[in-house]
Amino acid sequence: MDTFLLSRIQFAANISFHILFPSITIALCWFLLYFRVQHNRTGDEVWMRCYRFWVKIFALSFALGVVSGITMSFQFGTNWPGYMETVGNIAGPLLGYEVLTAFFLEATFLGIMLFGINRVSPRMHTLATFLVAVGTSLSAFWILALNSWMQTPAGFEMRDGVAFPLSWSQIIFNPSMPYRVTHMLLASGLTAAFLIAGISAYRLLKGDHKPAPRLALKAGLFAAAVLIPLQVLVGDMHGLNTLEHQPAKIAAMEAIWETTEGAPFTIFALPDEINQLNRFALEIPGAASFILTHDWRGEVKGLNEFAEHPPVMPVFFSFRLMVGIGMLMWLVAWSFSWLLWRKKSLPNWALRTLVTMSFSGWVAILAGWYVSEIGRQPYLVSGILKTSDAVTSVAPENVGISLMIYLSLYAVLLVAYIRTLFVMARKSVLVDRPEDLVTLQERHNPLTQQTAHTQQTAESTGAAR
Amino acid sequence: MIPTGEAYWLPVIFIALMGLAFLMYAVLDGYDLGVGILLPNNSESQRDTMIASIGPFWDANETWLVLGVGILLIAFPSAHNVILFHLYLPVTFMLGGLILRGVAFDFRAKAPAHDKRLWDYAFKGGSLLATLSQGYMLGLFVMGFERSAIAYAFAVLSAVCVTAGYSFIGAAWLVMKTEGTLQMRAARWARICLWLTALGLFVVSLVNPLTSANVFEKWFGSSLGIFLLIIPLAVFFAVMTVDRYLARFPHSGDFGCWIPFVGALAVFILSFAALGYSFFPQVVPGKMTIWEAASATESLWFILYGAMIVLPAIILYTFYAYRVFWGKTRELTYY
Ligand code: HDD
Ligand code: HEM
Ligand code: HEM
Repeated sequence: MDTFLLSRIQFAANISFHILFPSITIALCWFLLYFRVQHNRTGDEVWMRCYRFWVKIFALSFALGVVSGITMSFQFGTNWPGYMETVGNIAGPLLGYEVLTAFFLEATFLGIMLFGINRVSPRMHTLATFLVAVGTSLSAFWILALNSWMQTPAGFEMRDGVAFPLSWSQIIFNPSMPYRVTHMLLASGLTAAFLIAGISAYRLLKGDHKPAPRLALKAGLFAAAVLIPLQVLVGDMHGLNTLEHQPAKIAAMEAIWETTEGAPFTIFALPDEINQLNRFALEIPGAASFILTHDWRGEVKGLNEFAEHPPVMPVFFSFRLMVGIGMLMWLVAWSFSWLLWRKKSLPNWALRTLVTMSFSGWVAILAGWYVSEIGRQPYLVSGILKTSDAVTSVAPENVGISLMIYLSLYAVLLVAYIRTLFVMARKSVLVDRPEDLVTLQERHNPLTQQTAHTQQTAESTGAAR
Repeated sequence: MIPTGEAYWLPVIFIALMGLAFLMYAVLDGYDLGVGILLPNNSESQRDTMIASIGPFWDANETWLVLGVGILLIAFPSAHNVILFHLYLPVTFMLGGLILRGVAFDFRAKAPAHDKRLWDYAFKGGSLLATLSQGYMLGLFVMGFERSAIAYAFAVLSAVCVTAGYSFIGAAWLVMKTEGTLQMRAARWARICLWLTALGLFVVSLVNPLTSANVFEKWFGSSLGIFLLIIPLAVFFAVMTVDRYLARFPHSGDFGCWIPFVGALAVFILSFAALGYSFFPQVVPGKMTIWEAASATESLWFILYGAMIVLPAIILYTFYAYRVFWGKTRELTYY
C-alpha cells in the first residue's frame, strides 16, 4: 500500500476514535451542570449522586478525548503537509483559537470540577462545571467552523496557489457552518442522552433500587425525546444547504445517477458504480425531489453532471445508517417517554432495549461524518485542494508502523473504555460512592441506611437468579 | 534576506510565544511526566499519593504542548512540515506514550482492582516513552536533522538527559507536595536525578558548539562573551544550592521544601534561554529562518489580537487552580 492510502486510513482511524469522546463530553457536561444546579436548588442529595456517578464517566471520556486530540494536532504536520501549505493561513488561526479559548479553559477547570469539590465553595464548583461545559462547546464551535470552511470555503482569495484570508467573519460564518454546528451539538446531546439512559437502565436491571439511576434514566430519556425531532429538522435543513453548495455530495447520498425530474427516494439499493445504476432498488417515487426541492416534480441533479464525484457506496449507506438510527431513536425516545410518564417505570424489555442503544449515538455520528467527509472527496478543501495533493512524502513503511501502533492502541482502549463503564455501573449497584468517605450526615440519613438494606436484598436476588 | 516592519517583528513575537509555550510545557508537563517515571514498584499507597499530587493539573499541563505545536503550525507552517516530516516516527512513539499515560491515570482508579497494577505500569512506561522520544527529537532538531552517526548519538544522549531533567523536576515537585517517607524518598531521587541532569547539560554544552560552527560562533565569537558566562554560572549556582539543600534533608519544620523545585525551574529556564540564544533566528537549525517560514501577516495579526486577550486570562486562572490545590497533597479523594 502507498503512503497516500495508508495516510487516509490513519487519518480516518484517528479522527473516528477522537470524535467518539468529544461527542459524549460536549453534552454530558451540560447534563452534569443540570444535576449540579438541581442539587443547589433543591438540596436533594440524589442529584449529587447522579453528579458523582456521571462525573467519573465524564472524566474518563475526557481523558480519552484529550489524548486522542493531541494525536490529531500532530496529524496535519506528519501526514498532510500540503494542507497547511495551501490553506494554513486560514486553518491555522481557527485551530489556534480553539486552543486558546477552549482547551485551556476546559483543562484547567476540569481539575477543580473533578478534585476540588471539597476545596472550593459549591458556587465555585458549579461555576467550574459551567466553564468546562462552555469550553467543550466552544472547541466544537471552532473545529466545526474549520471543517465547514473546508466543505464550503468563503472569505478568502488564492494568490500563487495559497489561500489568503479576506474576511474572518465570512470564513468563520461560512455557508454550512450554522447547520453543521447545530447538527453536531444536537448529535452530542443525543449521544449523551442515550448513554445516560442506557447505563442507568443497566443499573436498574442489575437490581439497583436507589433513586439516582431512575432519575438519571428519566433525565436522559426526556432529553432525547426533546432533541430528536429537532435533530431531524436540522438534518433536513443541513441537507438542503448541502444541495445548494455541494450538489455532487447529495447526488451520491441519494445515488441519483442521472439528472431527473420527480426523482424517487431510494430506501434501499446496491449502487453499482461501474454500470452507474442501482440494483435491487426499493423506491418511493418522487420523494427525493419532494424532500430536496419541496416539489414532487422538482429537478434533482444526478452524478452525470459532475466531472468528479465522491464514491457512491459508502456515502449512500452511511447516510441511510444515520437516518435509520435517527428514526429508531425517535421511536424509542417517544414511546418509552410515554410509558415512563404514564406508568412511572419501564418494563424490563424496554430497559434492555435502552441498554443495547447505549452507544447508538456513536454509530450515527460516525456514519454522519463519513457522509460529510467522504462526500467531499476527491477534495480535501472543496474546489481548492485535492486530498492527493496534500499528502506527505514520508516512506510508506513508516506510515504503516504508525498506523499499526494507533490501531492496536485504539482497539485496546475502546474495549477497556466500554468495559469500564459497565464495571462502574455494577460497582455502583453494590455501593453508593465507592471511593468516597461517608459523611456524618449520611450515616444519620434514613435514606442511605435503607440503601444499605436494599443492597443486601439486591445481592440475594442476584444470587437467586 | 531579512524583512522589515511588521513582517520582521511579527515572526519574532511568535517565536517568543512559541518558546514560552514549550518552556511552560517542559516545566509543567515535565514534573508530571517525571512523577510518572518515578512511580515505585513496591508501594501502592505511594503511587496513589504521587498520582494524586498531579491529578488536577496534568491535563492543563499537556495543553501547553498543543499550544506550542499549534503556534509552530500557525506561525511557521513550512517549518512545522519540515520538522514533523523528519520526526515522523519519534512523534508517533511520543504520542503513543502520552496516550497510554493519559488514560492510565483514569483507568487505574476505575478499572477492576486486579487491573490497577497493569495501568500503573502503563502510566510509568508511557511517561518514560514520551520523555525519551521528546529528548530524542530535541537532539535531532538541534543537529539540524543530519543523518550521521554523530547526530544519532547526540540524540540518544539528549533523550537520556531530558528524561533525567524531567525526573529531577518531578522529584522536586514531590519534595514540595508530599510528606513523610515518600518525601524522604523523593529527596533521594531528586539528588540522583539532579546530578544526572547536570552531567547531561555539561556534556551537551560541550558537544553542541563543537559540532556546530554556528553555535560556536554565537557563544565564543561575540562581544557579549562575558555576559553569556552568566548562564552557565547561574546553572552551577542553582545545582549547588539544591544539592546542599538535599544533602541535609530533612530540615526541621519542612523548611524550604520548595527550594528544589525553584532550583529545577531555574535550570530549565536557563537551559531554554541558552538553547534559544544558540539558534535564533532559525526555526530549523541550519535550514530555515523564522522569516522564511512565517505565514501571512493577516493571519498572524488575527491570532495575536486574540492571544493578547486570552493568554493573560489563561495565566490568571492557571494561578487560581494552583492556589486551590496549594499545600501538601491529601489522600486520593476522587471528586
Ligand atoms: C446522533 C447523531 C445523528 C443523528 C441521529 C442524525 N445525524 Fe445527521 N449528522 C450527524 C449526526 C446525526 C453528524 C455526525 O454530527 C454530522 C456529520 C457532520 C455534521 O455536522 O453532522 C451529520 C451530518 C448530516 C448531513 C451532512 C452532510 C454534509 O456534510 O453536507 C446531513 C444532510 C444530515 N446529517 C442529515 C440528517 C437527517 C435528515 C437526520 C434524520 C434522521 C440525521 N442527520 C440524524
Ligand atoms: C472538524 C474536524 C475535521 C477536520 C479538520 C477533518 C479533516 C480531514 C482531512 C484532512 C481528511 C483527509 C484525509 C483523508 O482523506 O483521509 C479527512 C478525511 C476524512 N475524515 Fe475528516 N476531518 C474532520 C472531522 C472528521 C470527523 C469527526 C470524522 C468522523 C468521525 C471524519 C472522518 C473522515 C473520514 C472517514 C475521512 C476519509 C475520507 C476519504 O479519504 O475517503 N472527519 N478529514
Ligand atoms: C482535525 C481535527 C481535530 C483536532 C486537531 C483536534 C484536537 C484536539 C485536541 C488537541 C484536544 C485536547 C484538548 C485538551 O488538551 O484539553 C481535543 C479535544 C476536544 N475535541 Fe478535538 N480535535 C479535532 C476534531 C474534533 C472534532 C471534529 C470535534 C467535535 C465536533 C472535536 C471536539 C473536541 C472537544 C469537545 C474536545 C474537548 C473535550 C474532550 O477532550 O473530550 N474535535 N481536540
